Amino acid sequence: MLSRFVLTLAAAGLMSTAAAAGQSSQAAPKPPSTEDCLACHGDADAKRADGRTVAVDATRFEGSTHGPMACVDCHADLAKLTEFPHADTLAKVACASCHGEIGSKYHDSIHAWAKEKAGLNVAPACADCHGRHDIAKKTEATSRVARANIPATCGGCHDGIKHQYDVSIHAAALKKGQSNAPVCSDCHTAHTIQRADTTAWRLGLTAECGSCHAGVVESFTRTFHGKVTQLGSTRVAACADCHGAHDILPASNPLSTVARANLVTTCGKCHTGANERFVQYDPHPNPQNYQRGAILWWANRFYWVVIPGCFGFFGLHSVLWFWRSRKETPR
Amino acid sequence: MMPLTPSTHLRRFDARTRVLHVIVMTTFLGLAATGLPLLFSEAAWAQRLASLFGGFHGAGLVHRVFGATLLAAVVWHVADVVWRAFVRGERGLFWGPNSMVPQPRDFADFFGMMKWFAGAGPRPRFEHFTYWEKFDYWAVLWGTALMGAAGLILWFPVAASRLLPGWMFNIALFVHGAEASLAIGFIFVVHFFNGHLRPDKFPMDVVIFTGTVAAGEMRHERAAEYDRLEAAGTLDALATAPPSASDVSRGRTVGTLGLTLGVGLIALILYAVLL
Repeated sequence: MLSRFVLTLAAAGLMSTAAAAGQSSQAAPKPPSTEDCLACHGDADAKRADGRTVAVDATRFEGSTHGPMACVDCHADLAKLTEFPHADTLAKVACASCHGEIGSKYHDSIHAWAKEKAGLNVAPACADCHGRHDIAKKTEATSRVARANIPATCGGCHDGIKHQYDVSIHAAALKKGQSNAPVCSDCHTAHTIQRADTTAWRLGLTAECGSCHAGVVESFTRTFHGKVTQLGSTRVAACADCHGAHDILPASNPLSTVARANLVTTCGKCHTGANERFVQYDPHPNPQNYQRGAILWWANRFYWVVIPGCFGFFGLHSVLWFWRSRKETPR
Repeated sequence: MMPLTPSTHLRRFDARTRVLHVIVMTTFLGLAATGLPLLFSEAAWAQRLASLFGGFHGAGLVHRVFGATLLAAVVWHVADVVWRAFVRGERGLFWGPNSMVPQPRDFADFFGMMKWFAGAGPRPRFEHFTYWEKFDYWAVLWGTALMGAAGLILWFPVAASRLLPGWMFNIALFVHGAEASLAIGFIFVVHFFNGHLRPDKFPMDVVIFTGTVAAGEMRHERAAEYDRLEAAGTLDALATAPPSASDVSRGRTVGTLGLTLGVGLIALILYAVLL
């Protein structure tokens, strides 16, 4: 009750300031300054009628990336308000009024779809990932969207996935401080997050894996799996189908889906009846690498001689024939 | 007995051979058109070519149907040759002027052809099959056997793994693709030139569709065979009525279609390789 009283007092002071501003010019009343707002909200005990805190940590706000901005730049509905204390419920902050491009990306994402169309209130909007009055750039270590903090931020909702990710080789690399180790947003994007079963998104994943594992993905594109994927089909295996997604582990780890002992099971997901001989298949062949497969190396060498040899021989044969025929044919 | 004039037609290919050629030609074109999107999956045209067959999965289905048909046709042909040779006792299939088996004369003809190209001798006098025709024949037979085997391994990998190690899938895919490049390049360039597009035949030779050749043309093309048959007195027995205008026109239509599609596919390959 006391805080309610304090708020009312402060608001009365604010109104007089606004009224004074109104006198000096007949135009719209001067919007409340950040100091005006902090007169009430700067009090750590500030609460609204229902008891929820409305306190804003001025120091943290000033240190945030939006620090130089005024409260009403975001809480735009308060800019023209002259009656204080203002109503309990304010208009939603429209981040997109500045961050328009990102806003429209978000609007097309599964998160926006869930929140705006499906009415799933727990689906995230801007503030759920970026914070509110303490927004920090992703380049700052304390930011919720700094690379190292992204798994925790996404894991705030996707807790089960985060547990899978935490044991993966990618999470281990991230914890070791390897800054290019993949986090959620590398594969899923930050603002255009799609359902994981959409074709377009799945087809783009190979290139994402290839941004680090270039040679491995190049070898994949030489296989039937890779070629069919390149043609736009998701019915054959791409990276995640064999290696897993969030819980990727190296083949040397016995828990890995591609560990020697698990290959029959992993290949068998699609190739029912796969056996020990079947899994001797090399899903990442390289005809240039003799160690990896001598017969493939020899086959490659063989055709490198036979194909140019054959075309060269018969090409020359045809050219000579053409030339001789033209000479002998009366024109 | 009709008098033999240069415009009299002589039988060259029986119905079986012509049907076999049409099957091989159709399935080969179909296999090339449905397989090239996979071989050149990174090319800009790959998805669009596959979409003509209902996308990759449609193309894969058509490819398997054509592949099975071609394999069946080749098995039928081999069985037919075996039956003709060993059941019907037909002679000369495995040796002699009418045989597809390379003869000493083919090597002599080849060197004769080189001399003729160089202007150092006359055009060789050819027999029933020339050395380049035999090369075509054996290339198709060998290629179908090899690509068919590789194709079946890739089609039924789990079944194949009961007999073969999994790394054979790697070999099978590589060989299938490399042999396809060889076959497509050879048929759509070399065979098209030798059989159809060279100045003597341009734009095409319809003998494989109509089955008959004018006596005058045969005398020029296969002088040794002509003289041999004439000396043996069996040339007249091959005489037949010239193909009807509609037969020739049908042959030309089918031939033009095949040549156009084949050259079109070569253009796509060159686009993918060079650009």
